[in-house]
Amino acid sequence: MSRWLALASFFLGAGLLIFGAVGVRPFGDPPRAEMDAYFNRYSQPEVAANNAVTAIVFDYRGYDTLGEATVLFTAVSGVALILRRLRK
Amino acid sequence: MTVVVRTITRILLPISLVFGGYVIMHGHLTPGGGFQGGAVAASGLAMVVVAFGASRLAGRKGLLSSLESLGGVAFAALGFLGLGLTFFANVLAGAGGLFGNSVPYGPNPGDLNTAGTLPLMNWAVGFKVLAGLGAVVLLFALFGENHDR
Amino acid sequence: MIGNLPFVVCMILVALGLWTLLIKRNLVKLVIGVGLIESGVNLFLVALGYVRGGIPPIYTYAPTTAPWVLPTPQALTLTSIVIGVATTALMLAFAVVIYRHKGTLDTRKIRDLRG
Repeated sequence: MSRWLALASFFLGAGLLIFGAVGVRPFGDPPRAEMDAYFNRYSQPEVAANNAVTAIVFDYRGYDTLGEATVLFTAVSGVALILRRLRK
Repeated sequence: MTVVVRTITRILLPISLVFGGYVIMHGHLTPGGGFQGGAVAASGLAMVVVAFGASRLAGRKGLLSSLESLGGVAFAALGFLGLGLTFFANVLAGAGGLFGNSVPYGPNPGDLNTAGTLPLMNWAVGFKVLAGLGAVVLLFALFGENHDR
Repeated sequence: MIGNLPFVVCMILVALGLWTLLIKRNLVKLVIGVGLIESGVNLFLVALGYVRGGIPPIYTYAPTTAPWVLPTPQALTLTSIVIGVATTALMLAFAVVIYRHKGTLDTRKIRDLRG
């Protein structure tokens, strides 16, 4: 019974996912790209970096990277805590 | 592990560490950056753990942990460096000093001495990822070795 | 339909991850399912930022004529990948500890609340 329920919910969810993916805008032309155009244009004058992705990761969106570093630190601390705890 | 794996590891470890350092150092010029280069170098550490056993490296766990904390603190400190304007302001870019050359607009061959705080942040994050992933692999291997005997 | 094939492929990857999470009983296979969903979502994000005929958003020796792909989805996907690595490491650590405690990875056998 629960297996049939799982199958039905899986097919419903997968059908919704693929139906939504078919209905997204066409692949290859983003409709609004003003922010990315700004980043591409001004990453050299403002950040003096050739790589726009690095300019975004470390300068325009530095807060995101700080939170990401915090998540990595927390995960390593958690792994150390879990794997150290049970050692005889 | 066998002598074949150990010999190949002795050959490949410097190569992977140097390539990771290259990817980190050129993060503001070519594809790559701190995370990617740190992961490349951490693959070398994982290779050492596999080839030589984790118990030999058990004493270096504290070193890896402190290196990771040091990377995180250095990253946050570089963010605080721009506090005169805003948090994470790039005060070194175009200032003429360390990493302070300005670049002309348009495609260019690339100058390593540009981009202000970005290379320093790349190094901080690279060391953080290298030490973090190395510590995770080492902890898993140590846990397995301590319980299998 | 055929123009949206990359998005459909990403969603098929996510659906395979959901299938793994629903059907499999092994904890390591469940972690693999979560990894599949992460891969699908990351691929979807990068595919959203593609511009037709685009080149990477890097000025070093760039050809001048071609358009650039959008850099922001790539930057956020980098963040997402690192967070995925962190969560995968935590999940595998929990799986190791559960195996040491219970002697099995089967979710039906570790469902009881004893010990």
